[in-house]
Amino acid sequence: MLENYFPVLMFIAVGLVLGGVLLAVGRILAPHKPDPKKLSPYECGFEAFEDARMKFDVRYYLVAILFILFDLEIAFLFPWAVVIPDIGFFGYAAMMVFLAILVVGFVYEWKKGALEWE
Amino acid sequence: MNELVATLAGYSSAWFGPQWGPPVWVFVKTLVLILVITLPLFGCVAYLTLAERKIIGYMQVRIGPNRVGPAGLLQPIADAVKLMFKELIIPAGANKFLFVLAPMLTLMPALAAWAVIPFGPEVVLADVDAGLLYVMAITSMGVYGVIIAGWASNSTMGFALVCVLLVSQSLNLSDIVNGQARGRFAAEGLNFLSWNWLPLLPMFLVYFISAVAETNRAPFDVAEGESEIVAGFHVEYSGMTFAVFFLGEYANMILVSALATIMFLGGWLPPIDAPLLNAIPGFFWLVLKIGFLLFCFLWFRATFPRYRYDQIMRLGWKVFIPLTIVWLVLVAAWMQTPWNPWQ
Repeated sequence: MLENYFPVLMFIAVGLVLGGVLLAVGRILAPHKPDPKKLSPYECGFEAFEDARMKFDVRYYLVAILFILFDLEIAFLFPWAVVIPDIGFFGYAAMMVFLAILVVGFVYEWKKGALEWE
Repeated sequence: MNELVATLAGYSSAWFGPQWGPPVWVFVKTLVLILVITLPLFGCVAYLTLAERKIIGYMQVRIGPNRVGPAGLLQPIADAVKLMFKELIIPAGANKFLFVLAPMLTLMPALAAWAVIPFGPEVVLADVDAGLLYVMAITSMGVYGVIIAGWASNSTMGFALVCVLLVSQSLNLSDIVNGQARGRFAAEGLNFLSWNWLPLLPMFLVYFISAVAETNRAPFDVAEGESEIVAGFHVEYSGMTFAVFFLGEYANMILVSALATIMFLGGWLPPIDAPLLNAIPGFFWLVLKIGFLLFCFLWFRATFPRYRYDQIMRLGWKVFIPLTIVWLVLVAAWMQTPWNPWQ
């Protein structure tokens, strides 16, 4: 059972190593002559106006939180969908109650304007 | 073939002793199989870039690259060599560790997800029961490479896949493909009507559109819009750092096309149950279907103007999520009824 996952683990490691190897190849083969102008931030030819590390708009956090909510919900739906023939109508009705609560929340978000992007 | 494998396993035991021989053998065998998947994938990425330039060229009444090699066929090789010899520039203000880590974090999930993709009946590196869950988990890691556009699309992709689960009742990708070979239509030999795309047609469309957004492809490429933000985060990556990003993104495109094929288009199954078509190896059908979906990716890029960020948000949250929730409820209700020509 668990040994089935060994190739998965190894694939993750190989994926990281391959990325590293490719970058190393570039570092070895390519020229390396940095100078201050070359290393300055790209800003279409003029001096940078402001620091690139500015604050993110709070709306991104709002979208991130909504995203986490829906992703969590999908985590609940996955096992339910797999066993739907075994749990029958009771299982179906139980999930519908859960989804109904979620939809109420979704409608509230929508009406509150959390999904607007102006 | 089996004899050869047994002989090699014997060598391993002979060299490393009875205790260390078998683990070393498993390690080497897995490594070879991983490279057998990964290296052709790199080749596919290289020629996907050429196909993209050629196809979009013809769609715009141009010829596309045609100088390097016959009909431009060696162009991707020349590009790769060029990228290898380009200087790696790490801007002075950047966090060097994160700057170098980001392309690797884009490439790793795009490769690692292939561990569970079945290339044919029984042809899969890791035949795990939670295959689909693993793919969802590992591809969402890719968002750390590029943060913005992945969010709304990832949720709707999840909903669309739940509908696939409802009809196939398995998270194992091979079982999902095999599940598409049953039902009334398959019994009459019309395999292509028994695949999931037909009973779940709206979900197939939602999944594929979300996949285009998830991979930051036109018309949803706000994170890399070259005419607006000069290719976004790509602009300060040069040489191999850029190449690794590029490799990851194109490998991801091939991956989501492969997933769409497995979920909705019957994986390696031939379209019609005829002796002649069954004689062709399943791998050919898989590649053909993936190729068609990849062509659609290029077609979209040549056809549609870029969406604005607020338009993408509206599409994801106000169209796709309500649509998928309604479809989920309907499909689940439908699974409660005995009337189902796809079972």
